[in-house]
Amino acid sequence: MAQTLSRGPVTGTALQANAAKRKPFLLDLYGTAVGKKYVMAITGLVGIGFVLSHMIGNLKAYLGVVTEGDERMYDIDVYGEFLRELLVPILPHGYTLWLLRLGLIGALVLHLHAAWSLTQLNRKARSVKYQSERDYQVANFASRSMRWTGLIVLTFIAWHLADLTWGWVNPDFVHGAVYRNLDASLSRVPVAILYIVANIALGIHLFHGTWSLFQSVGANNPRFNRWRKAAAAGVATVIVVGNVSFPIATLSGIIDFDPDAITCCVDQEGHSE
Amino acid sequence: MSNLSNINLKIWRQDGPDSQGRFETHQIPEISDEASFLEMLDILNERLIEEGKEAVVFDHDCREGICGTCSLMIDGQAHGPQRGTATCQLHMRQFDSGAEIVIEPWRASAFPIIKDLMVDRSPFDRIVEAGGYITAPTGGAPDANLIPIPKPVADASMDAAACIGCGACVAACPNGAASLFTGAKISHLNLLPQGQAERYKRTEAMVEEMDSHFGSCTNHGECEAACPKEISIDNIATMNADYARSKFKNRKALSR
Amino acid sequence: MVNPSNKRKFKILVVGTGLAGASAAASFGELGYEVEAFTFHDSPRRAHSIAAQGGINAAKNYQGDGDSVHRLFYDTVKGGDFRAREANVHRLAEVSVKIIDQMVAQGVPFAREYGGLLANRSFGGAQVSRTFYARGQTGQQLLIGAYQQLARQIGLGNVKLWNRIELVDVVTVDDKCAGIVTRDLMNGEVQSHAGHAVVLATGGYGNAFYLSTNAMACNVTAAWRAHRRGAAFANPSYTQIHPTCIPQADDFQSKLTLMSESLRNDGRIWVPKDADETRPVAQIPEDERDYYLERIYPSFGNLAPRDVSSRAAKRAVDAGQGVGPLKNGVYLDFAESINRLGLDTIVERYSNLFEMYERITGEDPRESPMRIYPASHYTMGGLWVDYELQTTIPGLFCIGEANFSDHGANRLGASALMQGLSDGYFVLPYTIAPYLSDLLNKPIPETTHEAFVTAEKEARDRFQGYLDIGGTKGPDHFHRELGRIIWDYCGMDRSQIGLEKALAEIPALHAEFKKDLRVTGSGSSLNQTLEKAARVDDFFELGILMCQDALTREESCGGHFRSEHQTDDGEALRNDDDFAHVTAWEWSGNPSEPIEHREKLEYEVVHFATRSYK
Ligand SMILES: Cc1cc2nc3c(=O)[nH]c(=O)nc-3n(C[C@H](O)[C@H](O)[C@H](O)COP(=O)(O)OP(=O)(O)OC[C@H]3O[C@@H](n4cnc5c(N)ncnc54)[C@H](O)[C@@H]3O)c2cc1C
Ligand code: HEM
Ligand code: SF4
Ligand code: FES
Repeated sequence: MAQTLSRGPVTGTALQANAAKRKPFLLDLYGTAVGKKYVMAITGLVGIGFVLSHMIGNLKAYLGVVTEGDERMYDIDVYGEFLRELLVPILPHGYTLWLLRLGLIGALVLHLHAAWSLTQLNRKARSVKYQSERDYQVANFASRSMRWTGLIVLTFIAWHLADLTWGWVNPDFVHGAVYRNLDASLSRVPVAILYIVANIALGIHLFHGTWSLFQSVGANNPRFNRWRKAAAAGVATVIVVGNVSFPIATLSGIIDFDPDAITCCVDQEGHSE
Repeated sequence: MSNLSNINLKIWRQDGPDSQGRFETHQIPEISDEASFLEMLDILNERLIEEGKEAVVFDHDCREGICGTCSLMIDGQAHGPQRGTATCQLHMRQFDSGAEIVIEPWRASAFPIIKDLMVDRSPFDRIVEAGGYITAPTGGAPDANLIPIPKPVADASMDAAACIGCGACVAACPNGAASLFTGAKISHLNLLPQGQAERYKRTEAMVEEMDSHFGSCTNHGECEAACPKEISIDNIATMNADYARSKFKNRKALSR
Repeated sequence: MVNPSNKRKFKILVVGTGLAGASAAASFGELGYEVEAFTFHDSPRRAHSIAAQGGINAAKNYQGDGDSVHRLFYDTVKGGDFRAREANVHRLAEVSVKIIDQMVAQGVPFAREYGGLLANRSFGGAQVSRTFYARGQTGQQLLIGAYQQLARQIGLGNVKLWNRIELVDVVTVDDKCAGIVTRDLMNGEVQSHAGHAVVLATGGYGNAFYLSTNAMACNVTAAWRAHRRGAAFANPSYTQIHPTCIPQADDFQSKLTLMSESLRNDGRIWVPKDADETRPVAQIPEDERDYYLERIYPSFGNLAPRDVSSRAAKRAVDAGQGVGPLKNGVYLDFAESINRLGLDTIVERYSNLFEMYERITGEDPRESPMRIYPASHYTMGGLWVDYELQTTIPGLFCIGEANFSDHGANRLGASALMQGLSDGYFVLPYTIAPYLSDLLNKPIPETTHEAFVTAEKEARDRFQGYLDIGGTKGPDHFHRELGRIIWDYCGMDRSQIGLEKALAEIPALHAEFKKDLRVTGSGSSLNQTLEKAARVDDFFELGILMCQDALTREESCGGHFRSEHQTDDGEALRNDDDFAHVTAWEWSGNPSEPIEHREKLEYEVVHFATRSYK
């Protein structure tokens, strides 16, 4: 892609292209930018699915304490256990969740790889930048900051796992005590702010991403095209409002871990029994 | 009819593809608002020649907005500030007295600068050569009315075919992608009944040729906004859909 | 005929990749010839054919309104004011039918009816609807079709394309065309190319007028250089002035823009009766408006043919009745049609033209009438060719607007596209074979032949010469002055006195050009000033020939109107006894003393008649 000008007659330009190339179908598709965008869109869609269900699951935090048999527990903790029990007895305890996690990890890796290689391609496609200021007409903040919002989300994912999955950065982390851990984490103001910022970034990423993925997979129907922008705004809003509500609710005391309210499975000091 | 005065031009000058370029400033003390933008540059050039300086090189030909030869990034917008208008159709009444106007060439690695404001857009030709045609050797065609084409289909095809190959879409795209140009060409032919036989072969070949020159689409929509023919980015979706299908269909066809 | 396996032994050089050149090069490639195509554009898709708006004629009779090959043939001969070769026109009319089939098969999205069949319109005053169109962009769509076929052949390796390369000379060896000399616009390199045959498809010379509807780069160089090497130039004074263009707005205007003739279907042309009219348009009452076309030509009215309505507009403006700030136009008014059919219908029909008009003039034609004035548009004259499209230099062929063949003294609307494609797709690929078959297995001169070497040197010297003059004025200045002379004296209205004046002024200006031209920059990198200088140089010599031809043709016919030869009410007066011939000029070495040859026109089928549109 260097700036070279070749002179002389042009001929036979389509002959090399006809040489048979036999690559497995998916690799073949992934070989071009359009193919990579399919991968971004599909993995992005997986991500959206995850984020949406994750957010809806987390809403259970608002349901407070429920009675399960003769034990009183936080509803969200029940939900956590439910996830681990998914598809038992077809698969043993925890297996389905791990399969889902593997799927998500795979999707994330692919999404990142595609994003990275397309970014490289695009850098090369304009090796010399405009020397005067561009006056963009429709490209918006969301579409132009995908790489940044994506990176913020990535950092956040790492923090989030360290905080609420592995507990490395969570004070007195208790495995399985989702409600407690959530409260412990988000009660720290800087963490709450990180949570809010990251989710707004996620919302911005998804505002462009959701609209963009229809284009990328060629879902093109004049009848619903005009709804695409609205759908994107909808998805982004729902996710941001839902997710941002948790730190706010925690700071304002709506989510507040009370060890006396439950009989299972966390003790007064917050240790697992 | 009235006159504009004191237009300051900041124009990119560059001797050749590998040379270092620079902005040069020139003044237009007085110009009629009926003049076209390129006529303003003509006047500047006549003056430069009379002063013994080299004229500013810029591409142009029909000056009717149809040949796609003119280009120019004007004040950060491909083809300047007027929507749906090629540079050659832009008139000075779009500007105000005392304005500073910055003029740059299209910038994309696939469009090397030949000189000053002129770039080489031949990768577009390579994309068409790769498959942007319907194979119909001279003489063998059946009667033109043998295949009726519903008017909406013919109209949609014509909408896409209106592309003038100017390259503004690439210039405006933050990624230097040529998806609008390629998508428009693919839609034009893929929509028509005549274009069906080669539909997937064409799409695969053109997309892959495009890929070897240009960046990738991230759906900003800047291309559509810059396009002098207001070609819709729906054509990009059509291209993407047909590309994925081509990967199935062409394989099937090959394995037969 | 040439046997298929022998075709690859012949190399054909096609110069120009407009409709005519692209279709010819693609067809040669398909047939198996070795083809090299040349264009000074960056891509074949930029050729000026792209700008044609209105449509393309074909005797399909899809509308069942009684059209036929014979009728199209007759209309074309009559429209050309009986100055075209009958046989050529008949072949054109026959082939027209195949062109539409071919273009549709290639994917040209012509306009269609709701039933899915092709739509037609009546155009340029034809009495039948035989014009096929693709919105206001017919030329664009046809050229893209031909370009695609050419691109396919390039991709397959059957055609070599040289872009941004300009022909600067034609080379003959033993009185046969041996090849061409070109100049690479990007680096100034001059190079020779040898071939068995050379085809010129380099378009028309309307830019001799400086202001015209042609693209800025259109020029006569290729044809003129061939002329200087022995190809006869036929009927240079037959130029077409198109009646509906946007009038000039100021002195430094670079080109004029055509507003499709189809507007005349719904627009009424008028000027104020009073030359001193100062009221705004809307306040001029009906009875103080002169709808002059409707008044003079009641049966054709606003649809009178191009030459007739152009002259009528000129008369109105010359009488001081012109409109607009410079009083250099006439009104084309849609008010009545808008009242009758509704604004929506009119806007739907012409929206892209209305928008274009508004972009250029800043006025909205829905609210106030358009202003229009005639402008140079097309050139019927060109290199003389025989029935096989061969020029007077054996092995040099000429197609499309660059030749003189089919339109006589006036071209009908929507017939140029038809001719270009007919020549390129259906005529030349077959008529070239007899010439080639004689050359089978015989060696042809190579580019090391001294004729090539000399021609290359001459070309280098010529271009260096422009750089060396070091005068004070750029080429545009001279082009503008030249254009003014040609327009004033060899435009819509020509007279002996005027033409003689022009024949004195042009050589004087040319001499000044050679003394006072200034070309800045160098000859070894892209230099548009230098390109322009060479083209203007050739326009000077052509301009002289145009005036000479106009002076010699002592009659009025088609686009050529001599004020000495008109009827009492100002209509063209043809002289079939003395001038039913083609004038083919031979280069003598002195531009002011060309040698005249005549080809008598024999009419076997049609009979002379006076065109009347009253
Ligand atoms: C505004 C406008 C509207 C028109 N509308 C209609 C219409 O509605 N219907 C109709 O039938 N006709 C119309 N015409 C006329 C018609 O478009 C042209 O006559 C026709 O397209 C000419 O085609 P061509 O192939 O002969 O030449 P062009 O298309 O002009 O092509 C010339 C080619 O030659 C090349 N060339 C020229 N000189 C050289 C050189 N020295 N070296 C290398 N290459 C060279 C150029 O690069 C170009 O590729 C219109 C014309 C104009 C100007
Ligand atoms: C981990 C960090 C992430 C990075 C660096 C990242 C980066 C990107 C980038 C660069 C794009 C390309 C924009 C485009 O081509 O239009 C993109 C698109 C997208 N991303 Fe992400 N992203 C990340 C995480 C996510 C997550 C977690 C989700 C889901 C919730 C997501 C959903 C999407 C979607 C739906 C698209 C649109 C795909 C398309 O255009 O077809 N991304 N991402
Ligand atoms: S799609 Fe539009 S901007 Fe792009 S090349 Fe075609 S006309 Fe120009
Ligand atoms: S000069 Fe032809 S489109 Fe602008």
